[in-house]
Amino acid sequence: MQDLTEHIIELIRLASTNLPPDVEAALRKAVEQEEPGSAARGALETILKNVELSRSKSTPICQDTGTPIFYVHHPEGWSTRRLREQIVAAVIAATKRSYLRPNSVNTLTEKNTGTNIGDEHFPVVHFDEIEGDTLMMELMLKGGGCENVGAQYSLPNNELGAGRDLAGVRKAVLDAVYKAQGQGCAPGILGVAIGGDRGSGYTASKEVLYRKLDDVNPDPKLAEMENRLTKESNEMGIGPMGFGGKTTVVGAKIVGLHRLPASYFVTVSYMCWAYRRRKMTVKGDEVNYE
Amino acid sequence: MREVNIPISDEVVRSLKVGDSVALSGVMVTGRDTAHKWLADTFIKKTRPPQGDDLPTFDALKGFLSGGVIYHCGPVVSGLDTKDYKFVAAGPTTSIREEPYQGDVMRLLNVKGVIGKGGMGLKTLQACQEVPGMYLHAIGGAASWIAQTVTRVIGVYKLDFGVPEAMWVIEVKDFPVVVTMDSHGGSLHVEVEQKSKSVLDELLARG
Repeated sequence: MQDLTEHIIELIRLASTNLPPDVEAALRKAVEQEEPGSAARGALETILKNVELSRSKSTPICQDTGTPIFYVHHPEGWSTRRLREQIVAAVIAATKRSYLRPNSVNTLTEKNTGTNIGDEHFPVVHFDEIEGDTLMMELMLKGGGCENVGAQYSLPNNELGAGRDLAGVRKAVLDAVYKAQGQGCAPGILGVAIGGDRGSGYTASKEVLYRKLDDVNPDPKLAEMENRLTKESNEMGIGPMGFGGKTTVVGAKIVGLHRLPASYFVTVSYMCWAYRRRKMTVKGDEVNYE
Repeated sequence: MREVNIPISDEVVRSLKVGDSVALSGVMVTGRDTAHKWLADTFIKKTRPPQGDDLPTFDALKGFLSGGVIYHCGPVVSGLDTKDYKFVAAGPTTSIREEPYQGDVMRLLNVKGVIGKGGMGLKTLQACQEVPGMYLHAIGGAASWIAQTVTRVIGVYKLDFGVPEAMWVIEVKDFPVVVTMDSHGGSLHVEVEQKSKSVLDELLARG
């Protein structure tokens, strides 16, 4: 089996230091909408200068390099045990090279392992076997500030007047955006899962964030809701960093999951503007990054 | 953009208002969750006796923090093996987690400026009026940009807390912040929270 360790280090470097083009484009559009001279516009201008600097110097966009979340879609014949070993080796090396901050803390002893390796859940690695001959590895780095403002609602919710339908989903998500204020490093991107159980809801609310910002949900009802949630979140005027302003979120992505008859969860993963996700494909000796 | 040197006098603190942009220069100390809890448990609530290097560390911190600035930041630092430390990425972390401790820490050490992101609550706002001090908002995520303003790493205390949680003493030049909580009781965060709440209520009523 191929050793992908060096390629995975490059995937980590790209994710940590080079913001994806779709995200940068959204931020460049946002800056034009804010009043000249406002704190909101100043924040976005600094953010964009930081994005350029991080790219040119190969230094982390944000010092919180987050939880590394890997999804590996592999053809038949790859050993997931060995792939995991390679991911672990790459994470350790990337930490040594300062692409990642040592972020893995033993909750009971309070000791930071110093390597970004912890238990079987740190880093997070998902595997699934796919058809064809191309391996695809996706990586997302999700920081703690935005992870902390994620939220899960069990509908109906009387306080919000939110019932078990899309109208109720809308209310829950808007409440989550309000509660987050600027704490999740607005402008943010909303990953929303409707249904599932508590665990699958959170997992899916992150998976949906692998979608491109400018893609369109194939379900017209969800596509409409994604646009509406973006527009209405921005009406709240929380703005970049919570300074007040026009841009509170730059996108929303929704996925529907099957659920038990008794349960109706709405799960929101808030992604900060430093929306770090990258993809690598491996076909024989050919390795590509996007 | 107003230029302010650390240590900061009461007069300068009182002259700064919510919305002012400031370029900070001088020596500051990073401190986040573990550092604040350690300070509170050992020197404020005194629920644990000082041990190990606690007392000399506290004395050293007093020197840097009296009239000084604490920065909520867990940096990426290079040169860990050689102790030739350099800040590679150093944006602010979310400040509200320090709300239970911050006001008391400001009073204990006469801290004039607290840098972080996301704003803080009423206990800290009260301390800003008394000490006097202020909350200075840095741009979250702008880590490479801010690291460029760190001209020197002077030293580090409590590195056993881990790199992000250790207290790094750094010298900065033109570190960019916005005053979002001032010594006169003003808070941009309270304003934005209230305005957004009234819009949320309208949106929820719309069905």
